[in-house]
Amino acid sequence: MSVDDGRAATWEGNPVRSYHEQPVLKKPIWTWEIPTYFFTGGLGGASAGLAQLAELQGNGVLARRAWTTAAAAAAVSPTLLISDLGRPKRFLNMLRMFKVSSPMSVGSWILVAAGTCNATVTLNAWTGALPRLRQIAAPAGALLGLPMSTYTAALVANTAVPAWHEARRELPFVFASGAALSAGAAALITTPPAYAAPARRLALGAVVCEMVSSMMMEHRLGEHARPYKEGLAGKLGWARRLSMVAGAAMLHRRGESSHLAAAGAGSMLLAGALAKRWQVFRAGVQSATDPGNVIGPQRAAVERGEGHGAVRR
Amino acid sequence: MTLDVRQWSATYGADSKPRMGFFTDTSICIGCKACEVACKEWNQIPTSIQGFTGNSYDNTIALGANTWRHVAFVEQRLPAGVEEGASPVEASARAQAINWGVQTYQEGDGLRWLMASDVCKHCTEAACLEVCPTGALFRTEFGTVVVQEDVCNGCGYCVAACPFGVLDQREDDGRVWKCTLCYDRLKDGLEPACAKACPTDSIQFGELAELRSRAERRLDQLQSAGQRRAQLYLADDENGVGGAGAFFLLLDDPEVYGLPPDPVDTTRDLGSIWGATAAAGAALALGLAAAVFGGRG
Repeated sequence: MSVDDGRAATWEGNPVRSYHEQPVLKKPIWTWEIPTYFFTGGLGGASAGLAQLAELQGNGVLARRAWTTAAAAAAVSPTLLISDLGRPKRFLNMLRMFKVSSPMSVGSWILVAAGTCNATVTLNAWTGALPRLRQIAAPAGALLGLPMSTYTAALVANTAVPAWHEARRELPFVFASGAALSAGAAALITTPPAYAAPARRLALGAVVCEMVSSMMMEHRLGEHARPYKEGLAGKLGWARRLSMVAGAAMLHRRGESSHLAAAGAGSMLLAGALAKRWQVFRAGVQSATDPGNVIGPQRAAVERGEGHGAVRR
Repeated sequence: MTLDVRQWSATYGADSKPRMGFFTDTSICIGCKACEVACKEWNQIPTSIQGFTGNSYDNTIALGANTWRHVAFVEQRLPAGVEEGASPVEASARAQAINWGVQTYQEGDGLRWLMASDVCKHCTEAACLEVCPTGALFRTEFGTVVVQEDVCNGCGYCVAACPFGVLDQREDDGRVWKCTLCYDRLKDGLEPACAKACPTDSIQFGELAELRSRAERRLDQLQSAGQRRAQLYLADDENGVGGAGAFFLLLDDPEVYGLPPDPVDTTRDLGSIWGATAAAGAALALGLAAAVFGGRG
């Protein structure tokens, strides 16, 4: 329930006292770039891991394409982040310090390091330049891809927004499986089916993990899952479900024989992964602007004697 | 009352000062909004014309980038002189409370009118400061929390992190703004503009330790006069933000004034957040390895 529809604030069906139905929290000011970055960051991070492992397995065709995806995603990501800043010209201020208490600070450093590694490897893959540097850059980029895929979950979980903060234990797994799905789906598009067996296994396995982890998250959230199911977030959730199921079915039936079918399936799975990030983002916005969602659980915790409480009488 | 105000002094050495703050006693707020105006004038904050809300006399709506003091107005319909089935004895004690300076009552027509001037809480454990990636937000020698406007790049993390919804981005500027507890005035030994302008001393400025004991005495006074719902908000360190530099005496539950009843600095959960993130990263590595190497044979 958002404040926009004019209904009274509630929590678990009961009315909640509030100040003229006004939100307690501020609406997150992040715009479309941020949930899109959650997607590209995961795509780039997991693609680097996939590329490094494919290389170890001796699948150079897949490896080279996955490295390119990783480098492209790692190049787009900072562009999205910088354009979202209120003062884009001050983006370098992100690197003034390193703060573990700020996932955004940690993530900025990861993104810079991973982007440099992925670009080095891709440059080497297509031109042969910087062979020595590549020996370090490849495994480093693959390793950095792991936190790059999941730290964005820590970023939103470490806020006062109930739908994000209460999901702090499950959200990293939802983002990790979404990243794996994105990497697999992108490789389906770029790689000929003969070399894409790992991508097919990755994509199908990740769809299952994504669905299961999302369901577990919403189950654990209980009443806090409401923003994920209502409004635009709810619609995005359905769009994601449909495109993932359709993509997985198409991949399962025709993905091995036809590159075109595999690419179509990959596109649908990518759309599903993107919709999921948007759903999580919108759910947070809806949760922050609903006073019932913020006050209700806090009041309930105080009444149960479980909260910290803030008043003395 | 124990008072465990954290020491910032170590980082400031000889320049350290006692922790300064606000005690806002809403029982004597008359809703004049002099604090809002004084704050706007002193800090040269742009106008924030919101139109007519219909929410009693509140047309400022909430704290934000251009509103660093916000006076809330709550109208409650109650039987004249009686609150929650108060006995005649308690009702007469309430009448006495009016003589003691509780001036927010229009008892004749059964309307209880609550007013409260809200402000940044300057938390001991300030989520905004902890999540700020640029270091624009910092702790001053007075223990207050201030945004350095020449550093802020408008990333917006503090906006989502603040459990009170205090910080916001200024349009056409891109940066985030909030109450500085008049850092410039404090540097010159002056009290903040809002406290200076407050005609009833509803906003009291001073050393936090002194303000806290003053608030205790005021709470006792009001409760013995029959104000059973009178309560102190954020007046000690036993809460989810480890205490606050700005605290309040309220006549009803905090949510009635738009204040969260159980605010928490979510960086308290950083351990479990980073733990889950690391575990998910490891699971991703295993998943990738299984997909690449799992198909042989």
